[in-house]
Amino acid sequence: MKKLSFLIALILIGNLLIAQVKISGVVKDNRNHPVYGVSISLKDSYDGSTTDSLGNFAFRTTEKGEHIIVASSIGYNSFEQKVLIGSEPITLTISIKEKLDELKAVMVTAGSFAAGDSKRAAVLSSLDVATTAGSNADITAALKTLPGTQQVGEQEGLFVRGGAGYETKQFIDGTLVNNPYFTSVPDIGSRGRFSPFLFKGTVFTTGGYSALYGQALSSALLLESIDLPEQSEVDASISPLLVGAGTQQLSKNKKSSWGINYSYVNVGLYFGLVKQTPDYFKMPQFHSSDANFRFKTKRGGMVKYYTTFSNGVLGLRRPDIDSLNLKDAFSLTNNNWYNNLSWRENLGNGWKMNLGTGYSTNKDNISQQVQDQRNQPKQFGSGLPWMQNKNFDLLHKQDLAQVKAVFEKKLIGISALRFGGEYWHLYDKNVIHDTTYKLIDNYTALFAESDIFLTNSLAAKVGVRFENSSVIKKSDIAPRVSLAYKTGKDAQMSLAYGIFYQKPENNQLYYGTNVGMTKATHYIINYQKMTHERILRIEGYYKKYEDLIKTVPAVNFSSLYNNSGYGDAKGIDLFWRDKKSIKNFDYWVSYSYIDTKRDYLNYPQKLQPNFVANHTASVVMKRFYTSIKSGFNFTYTYATGRPYYNLMVNNNYKYYLADEGKTKSYNSLNFSAEYVPSIGKTNAKTNIVLFASMTNVLGANQVYGYNYSHNGMYKEPITPPSRRFYFIGCFLSWGVDRTQDAINNNL
Amino acid sequence: MKTFILSVALLVSAHSLFAQSARYEQTMKTNLAKFDSLKNPDDYVSLAASFERIADAEKTQWLPYYYAALSHILRGFSDTKANKDEVAEKADALIAKAETIEPKNSEIFLLKSMSATLKMLVDPATRWQQYGASVNSNREMAKQLEPNNPRVYFLEGQNLFGTPKEFGGGKDKAKPLFEKSLELFKTYKPAGSLYPNWGEKSTEQMLEQSKS
Repeated sequence: MKKLSFLIALILIGNLLIAQVKISGVVKDNRNHPVYGVSISLKDSYDGSTTDSLGNFAFRTTEKGEHIIVASSIGYNSFEQKVLIGSEPITLTISIKEKLDELKAVMVTAGSFAAGDSKRAAVLSSLDVATTAGSNADITAALKTLPGTQQVGEQEGLFVRGGAGYETKQFIDGTLVNNPYFTSVPDIGSRGRFSPFLFKGTVFTTGGYSALYGQALSSALLLESIDLPEQSEVDASISPLLVGAGTQQLSKNKKSSWGINYSYVNVGLYFGLVKQTPDYFKMPQFHSSDANFRFKTKRGGMVKYYTTFSNGVLGLRRPDIDSLNLKDAFSLTNNNWYNNLSWRENLGNGWKMNLGTGYSTNKDNISQQVQDQRNQPKQFGSGLPWMQNKNFDLLHKQDLAQVKAVFEKKLIGISALRFGGEYWHLYDKNVIHDTTYKLIDNYTALFAESDIFLTNSLAAKVGVRFENSSVIKKSDIAPRVSLAYKTGKDAQMSLAYGIFYQKPENNQLYYGTNVGMTKATHYIINYQKMTHERILRIEGYYKKYEDLIKTVPAVNFSSLYNNSGYGDAKGIDLFWRDKKSIKNFDYWVSYSYIDTKRDYLNYPQKLQPNFVANHTASVVMKRFYTSIKSGFNFTYTYATGRPYYNLMVNNNYKYYLADEGKTKSYNSLNFSAEYVPSIGKTNAKTNIVLFASMTNVLGANQVYGYNYSHNGMYKEPITPPSRRFYFIGCFLSWGVDRTQDAINNNL
Repeated sequence: MKTFILSVALLVSAHSLFAQSARYEQTMKTNLAKFDSLKNPDDYVSLAASFERIADAEKTQWLPYYYAALSHILRGFSDTKANKDEVAEKADALIAKAETIEPKNSEIFLLKSMSATLKMLVDPATRWQQYGASVNSNREMAKQLEPNNPRVYFLEGQNLFGTPKEFGGGKDKAKPLFEKSLELFKTYKPAGSLYPNWGEKSTEQMLEQSKS
């Protein structure tokens, strides 16, 4: 009994008597620098410590035997080591590695402007697009305030670094958009079809883009649609130019949504008030409707469907350049239907999948007619082929069906491998002068790309793309490589190299498919310093064009095409944005210098293309006054003059430079203002935005180039249809806050 | 003899159980006392680490995870050098652990609201739409779970205090909430000695500021 009591006493006191052992050491990172603030713990015990500024730690423990020491700190991989605790003090040297982190890691930025991705600092958000003066909520117009783009106003498209408009392609959720703009009207640039508010992220690449995309020699504009709306709402817009209404409905569990919108644009009233140079005999009017549904899948993936249908008509008349009393009448009816279905899913084990499928059909009925003073059609005999060719009816139909699959596998750390393929089926039918031209192309691409993060500071992106086009029976392999190195906090250098192919335009293929892909090689060097408030970006590039399409004149104004064209472009782009220095004031400055020449199409020699100005600069300013709930935005753009040419065919069926010149420099000061009376009213049921804008406030005479008469004796400037464009509108939305539903669902 | 062995075994285990829980209480109290004696924002890091060690060792207690997350968040607010996104991410991981042990607790929803605020503060102009909803809805959930929790009104007031007047915030809007919070603090009894009982002093300070 005594023995037992002794035993119990021993057990009770035992704990108090056990000697403490000191564990100490130092924690260093892989560069042998001490790491501060690392938590050191003895697993499953309270004992531990935190490192000091020299990386040192020390603590005492009563534990005995085999234990695990854990070192962990924010931003580092945690470290574990077995220790055998006896009676002697333990000294440890621990080395921990910085965690590779997508937010902190260097990102390859050469050639790309990432926008709207909220985790990282963004260059432009959708709100920025809407509030950039002069853009009038057109994505393309806002992107023209970024360096690398040209101020081309007589055609739609983004003219990037010496590339023509068709060298930039747009992709929504990974799949190609075949007709991103409203149908072209001679000498007038059309707007884009898609509202910036459809998208949560925009990446505008001015070169060197990823192997996941192809068929664009110059640039890819990658638009990522929003997942689910923040809340259910009903919207309406009213303006002298348009009316619209729509709704977005978010389900109670916030897992799915659907929406529909309709808008009608008619510029009749506006053109009655603001005189236009062309005589619009059919007032431009457009009906657009769209619908969408989106839902989250069980595994956290997302399915999104978006469709839009639009119908537009217009007709305009301008003086004919080859005569004093004749007119050219152009009229257009367009129907466009676009569909995009995408499915993003986590497959587990580090695998992700992105499936996308799209179908679009676009039909243009165009009529071009020479008319006399009484607006009656005038016919010409074969003796005047240049006049005869101005009378035609054209039916143009383009269908594109496509499917794309991208698989992604996470490798060690944040490195990743992506691969997949895509298939496009293109049908293009053109009926002109009762002749039908038909093209069917089956385009296949396979691609693989890997993001390799050697450290948080050094990353490489290596990709390759295989492409085959059935209509030209050509295949190509396009390698792409880029490197990024972090030079300091928020600062980095990037390099990019890549080969890009693009098949010839459909209107060139009608006359023969015995041509190959056109080719561009990009070399880019970039420096960027970026915080949430300030961005500085400097980029230099060299771009080599090969196998461009050349036109060989033939009898009767028809042409043949081959791949003997070539050219190059080099330049510097600068970008600075600052939201910090002045409160509520946000501005950015872009400057581009380019030196480019190419010999393509009907150019008799290497020439600077007529869509390129050597120097372009933009200043965008936005100031919001919270006291009056209003914002004022200015954009000023300047570009040096652009060359223009009159290229004629001589008796030997060769092109020659009959005349050339340079336009006056381009100036545009644009203004817009918004008034948001409901801002800050947290429970406001109705949100109102009043918006007004005016382009070319100073009324500068903007000349985009010149049109020549058939004989080259007379030239006429190409100018906007009116000197200024005004817009006023009221946008209303009535929101249904689903927060309470979400709360009820969660409790 | 058998009974003896049994009683010894019982005694031993009872002793260690008692010792363990006494040690938990004691260590937690020591750590909680440190909240009042922090010298600089960096001290939150070692305090958070200390709470996390207790949490990981105990495995069934949510409070040490709660305080570890709270320490990180408070550092995020006070340390201008801190990478707020990283700090909030760490806090979120700790909050998730606390929540699996103690689901539907008002205090945990308040932490979620604070963590969302931290993320929003990185770039309020562009992020409020994304995180603002989360800041409010989590605080609302906390309010529904425990309508008399004074910290709900303190945080609501603090958010309004930091929101520009033109956007529906301002001192005047915040003041009644601080007053309501203080009123509730007078009668507030935490559920246990280690349960959250902070905020009264800060509310008083904020009320002072909102008067000036």
